[in-house]
Amino acid sequence: MRADERAWGRAGGPWAALAPWLLPLGLLLAWEAAARSGLLSSRVLPAPSDVAAAFRATLADGSLIRHVAVSAERALTGFAVGGGLGFLLGLLNGAFKPAETLLDSSLQMLRNVPHLAVIPMVILWFGIGEEAKIFLVAVGVLFPIYLNTFHGIRSVDRGLVEMARVYGLGPAALYWRVILPGALPSILLGLRYALGIMWLTLIVAETISASSGIGYMTMNAREFLQTDLVLLGIVVYALLGKLADLLTRWLERRALAWNPAFQAGMETAS
Amino acid sequence: MSLHERAFPRLSLGGGLSSTGRPAASALMPKAGGVPLRLEGVVKEFSGRRVLDGIDLAVPAGQSVAVVGRSGGGKSTLMRLIAGLDRPTAGRILAGGEPVAGARPDVRLLFQDARLLPWQRVAANVGIARGRGWRERALAALADVGLADRAEDWPSVLSGGQRQRVALARALVSDPGLLLLDEPFGALDALTRQEMHRLLIRIREEHGFTSLLITHDVAEAVALADRVLVLRDGRIALDLAVDLPYPRPPGNRCAAELESLILGEV
Repeated sequence: MRADERAWGRAGGPWAALAPWLLPLGLLLAWEAAARSGLLSSRVLPAPSDVAAAFRATLADGSLIRHVAVSAERALTGFAVGGGLGFLLGLLNGAFKPAETLLDSSLQMLRNVPHLAVIPMVILWFGIGEEAKIFLVAVGVLFPIYLNTFHGIRSVDRGLVEMARVYGLGPAALYWRVILPGALPSILLGLRYALGIMWLTLIVAETISASSGIGYMTMNAREFLQTDLVLLGIVVYALLGKLADLLTRWLERRALAWNPAFQAGMETAS
Repeated sequence: MSLHERAFPRLSLGGGLSSTGRPAASALMPKAGGVPLRLEGVVKEFSGRRVLDGIDLAVPAGQSVAVVGRSGGGKSTLMRLIAGLDRPTAGRILAGGEPVAGARPDVRLLFQDARLLPWQRVAANVGIARGRGWRERALAALADVGLADRAEDWPSVLSGGQRQRVALARALVSDPGLLLLDEPFGALDALTRQEMHRLLIRIREEHGFTSLLITHDVAEAVALADRVLVLRDGRIALDLAVDLPYPRPPGNRCAAELESLILGEV
């Protein structure tokens, strides 16, 4: 009975490994068939094989790699700036009450401004150069990281902090061994959320004004009705987003190994 | 702990009790001996409400005292004052002749919940105060409470009783002179609680520390303490010596008589 459950549910035979792919594969085949039979105009939606061909062509002439590299650099720079700032602010406000009183209500107010709404101002301030895109990404990721770091630190079990004080931990040890690890699940949640916002912001920023990057590639292709390239751009965005998600999941599994909820594939002892 | 204490471990208190043929504590854990505790006119008020109303108490080194009382009777407040987590409104608290001011290494507290850091393995939890050779001392303390084989486990896979044993080991690492126990066995099932009682009695004999146990369970107080105090309306209503040999199996008639006497005062 138990062995059966395992074969189907967890460890999974070949069937279990294949099952999640059946639906997307079926859709892809139906789509290809519809496009080839002329049921679906390539102006509306190009065939998957056309997208694959566009992928091969852009890969061969190096333009795809170049665009992805430019986009990734913008995304990561903006993320480093905004995420780093949000993290530091979260630490500061979570740990020091005066800092919270001074800064938190302003940050909460700014947080409610949709960061894409300031694009006109950003273009006025920075023009259409790199700074504008990096600034937008940085603003976009700052708040989820800030909020989750702040909330994580605030929701650390008071009992553990009190225990640490009774056992004579100094401020540094208290921070490194009790408060930061306690806040980590929340911080990682913020990280995952921020990575999603990072790509979203970059797409918008690159479609507005750019001469390179995935967003530029798709907007440029739209001008020439190259729908296969547009679709390729979308697929690349999806893959990059998935990659970022996998990375944070891996990070979570490593950093939160103590948490039964993250002990994937590990049998929890009774 | 000081070099002096390490070099000249105090002899066991109540030598008659510890001559049960049990091996002495390991060489890494010398007997630090107990610290005497003294409370002089201790008063604690919370926004005008008087929770403790003039507590005078002298506990000689090595004695084990149990404090019983209704919930909200000031038991936990008393414990927090002695642990240095709160300051009394009036009066003085002296542990080992020195006024209590904040956390100190010779006073350890066992909480109602084990309060283990879930992100550190058992051994790292026990050695939370770190310091030189913390790992060896942590492993020795774990062996002392019978959990040597769980040193590398996460706390989340331990049972409630095992968690409290880890918490006890964590308190023992620094050779406390005074151990405060704030209803540490309240959440355990009856069998595990019996087990923990036996463990605590053995550890106490080995280490000779002074102990103060807070409990709402009168039977537990009589089973574990040399002396039972009843705390009522912020004052000590009864101070009773329990002169029975350890271990005290449940169902003992003398113990039962003492219990009903205490219950009458609670």
